[in-house]
Amino acid sequence: MADTLVEVQKQEIHGQDHEHHDQGFVSKYIFSTDHKIIGMQYMFTGMLMAVIGGYMAYVFRMQLAFPGISVPGFGQVSPGEYNSLITNHGSIMIFWVAMPVLIAAFGNFLIPLMIGADDMVFPRINRLSFQVFFISSVVLLISLFVEGGGFGGAWTSYPPLSANADYNQTQLGASLWLIAVALEFVAFLLGGINFITTLMNSRAPGMKAYDIPMVCWMIVIASILFMLSVGPLLAGAVMLLFDQTLNTGFYDPARGGDPILWQHLFWFFGHPEVYVVLLPAIGITVEVMATFSRKKLFGYKLVLYTAVATGVLSFFVWAHHQFIAGIDPRMANVFTVTTLLISVPIAEMLFVMIATLYGGSITLTTPMLWALSFLAEFLIGGVTGIFLGASGADIYFHDTYFVLAHFHYTFFPIAIIGTFCAFTYWFPKMFGKMMNETLGKIHFWGTIIPFNFIFIPLFVLGMGGQHRRIYNFEHFPEIAGPEYFQLREIATIALLIMLAFQAVFFFNVVMSWWKGEDAGKNPWKANTLEWTTDSPAPHGNWPVEDLPTVYRGPYEYGHPDREEDYWPQNLPG
Amino acid sequence: MAHARPIATTRSATGIPTPRLAIWWILASEVVIFGGLLGAYLMHRIGHPEWAEAASHTQTWIGAVNTFVLLTSSFTAVLAHQAAEKGKGKEAAKLLAFTILGALTFLMIKSYEWTIEIMAGYTITANTFWSFYYTAAGLHALHVIAGAIIMGFIAVDAYRGRELHRVEIIGIYWHFVDVVWIFLFPLLYIAK
Repeated sequence: MADTLVEVQKQEIHGQDHEHHDQGFVSKYIFSTDHKIIGMQYMFTGMLMAVIGGYMAYVFRMQLAFPGISVPGFGQVSPGEYNSLITNHGSIMIFWVAMPVLIAAFGNFLIPLMIGADDMVFPRINRLSFQVFFISSVVLLISLFVEGGGFGGAWTSYPPLSANADYNQTQLGASLWLIAVALEFVAFLLGGINFITTLMNSRAPGMKAYDIPMVCWMIVIASILFMLSVGPLLAGAVMLLFDQTLNTGFYDPARGGDPILWQHLFWFFGHPEVYVVLLPAIGITVEVMATFSRKKLFGYKLVLYTAVATGVLSFFVWAHHQFIAGIDPRMANVFTVTTLLISVPIAEMLFVMIATLYGGSITLTTPMLWALSFLAEFLIGGVTGIFLGASGADIYFHDTYFVLAHFHYTFFPIAIIGTFCAFTYWFPKMFGKMMNETLGKIHFWGTIIPFNFIFIPLFVLGMGGQHRRIYNFEHFPEIAGPEYFQLREIATIALLIMLAFQAVFFFNVVMSWWKGEDAGKNPWKANTLEWTTDSPAPHGNWPVEDLPTVYRGPYEYGHPDREEDYWPQNLPG
Repeated sequence: MAHARPIATTRSATGIPTPRLAIWWILASEVVIFGGLLGAYLMHRIGHPEWAEAASHTQTWIGAVNTFVLLTSSFTAVLAHQAAEKGKGKEAAKLLAFTILGALTFLMIKSYEWTIEIMAGYTITANTFWSFYYTAAGLHALHVIAGAIIMGFIAVDAYRGRELHRVEIIGIYWHFVDVVWIFLFPLLYIAK
């Protein structure tokens, strides 16, 4: 699929790129150092992985709602396969979908364009980053087909289950999974260094810190968070790999090790990771909201400072994942307080969004619908997090479907809604064509409504005490009643509907790309710099002698002294 | 394949050259990798006083010699930077070669030391102290190897008078490798 997409793009770019025609296809599109091509590579790899992750969700949801049936397109699900499916669904959706699409794809595509640079500061490191990422995806997919099957110890990979092949029964799958995750981290460290240094050093002349579009800030703050949190887990992953392959005892209490150590190292990364993907999604949303409310972003500095505050706080909340892991109750109290505190800056950002919308002249385009739904759905995810962050309530909710539903109410808005929001908003810049609005809206409603029908029943099931990691609920009579199974069936059928509606999206992308109407430079009448160049932007983004200069902030909409209701950043005066 | 540098690479909004900025961010990410590993080791060490017995079998004098070797190689890296600042590419290359020699000496001594330990039965699986010992020192040794290889490329370029600014960048990295060892040496060898 990726090849034909690249082929189409080749033809599109060809017209504007005569001076580069001596480059072959491979060096230009497979081993390209152009930030836009690398962004596309990340995006299409991420979307392909999303399809795989969605397929996995389909298979195990079918098994949960209709235990023991032969799932069309998969067959009978064995307990081992079920474990492997849920593990890899989680790993793929976070590490191979949310991260590459939200941070790497949009970071690569947007940062140089939005700050008026011709490329990233280290184009070849950028290319290396994608190549390492691509290899990590291949390693992960291979791990599903080795002897013993794919790793089934959940995406959190707690030892001793993950460390000892006698327990997990997937000697090779477990190690390959771990290697794939570690490679993926390396890819994002390489990419992150590029994002941070590019934003710090390569801004257009005149662009001061508070003139930077919010989404660029958010991606860079996220990259810094990632960089500072992933190190201990990388060290932990090496230790786990040694436990698996060399038979050391880092996580084995019988030999002087400690399994809780992994939980600390994992969640010291794992909780900042939530904000690593959340911040870019918030950045995307505020960009879109400002453009389609024709209003200045409310409280630019407030958003920026709260994002930094969130980042700092996110390093002090990790143990709320371990309230029932036997940690000291006094420590649990401390982490309850920090966890409840971190909802303050996040709530503040949501209020900023509402304040930006207030009194604006709102156009309900497809990207705007996605942005609004982000606000609505993430709110539910955030509020249910309060239950889990309080150590008293968490003892009851821990490891139930309540956690799972809460988690998906945060990650779905981030990874899926955020991505669709950004994709539909910047599609004209990426491919030079407008997307079809009717199909876009059908896809929007066909995704949002079933999404709520999947996870609201799961909240109810979780409160009813349904445990997360059960392969066949028929084996547990107290939660196998018809009232429970009805809720499970609602969730599964809603999932089927939601997956079916994704076909509309892919159809829309292909049709719009093929025969959509030409977008022109600035279809949304937005202020930021990427809209001042051709769509799609040529190699080098602007003519060398004509790189933009910045005169004002990115959100000058509806300025009283101007006839036009927008004021591009690069216009003098 | 020659790559024209993008204009983005030549800009410097912060006033700090981009390569220097990048190396400091790389080091920040490295600090937390070693920080996580050593933090985990320290927590375990405090909880297991009996590891002192295992630690007493480390070869302190070999570690001390290696500390000296690594510090000396850092010194020649500083001199190389000084030479590169003055535009003396050949001299910088020669001094970098001394640093690489230091790295190789360090690795040879390390192999000798590990051979002694393994012959005595203190392998990576002997107990968790030795697991940490080999993991931490091994991760550090990987950084020494990687640094020496990159330094080789930079030295060849410097000899031909090209990319002299890179001498400073690899120097900063090399000091970091040095500093990590300064933490490892007391934690693994001296603390008995």
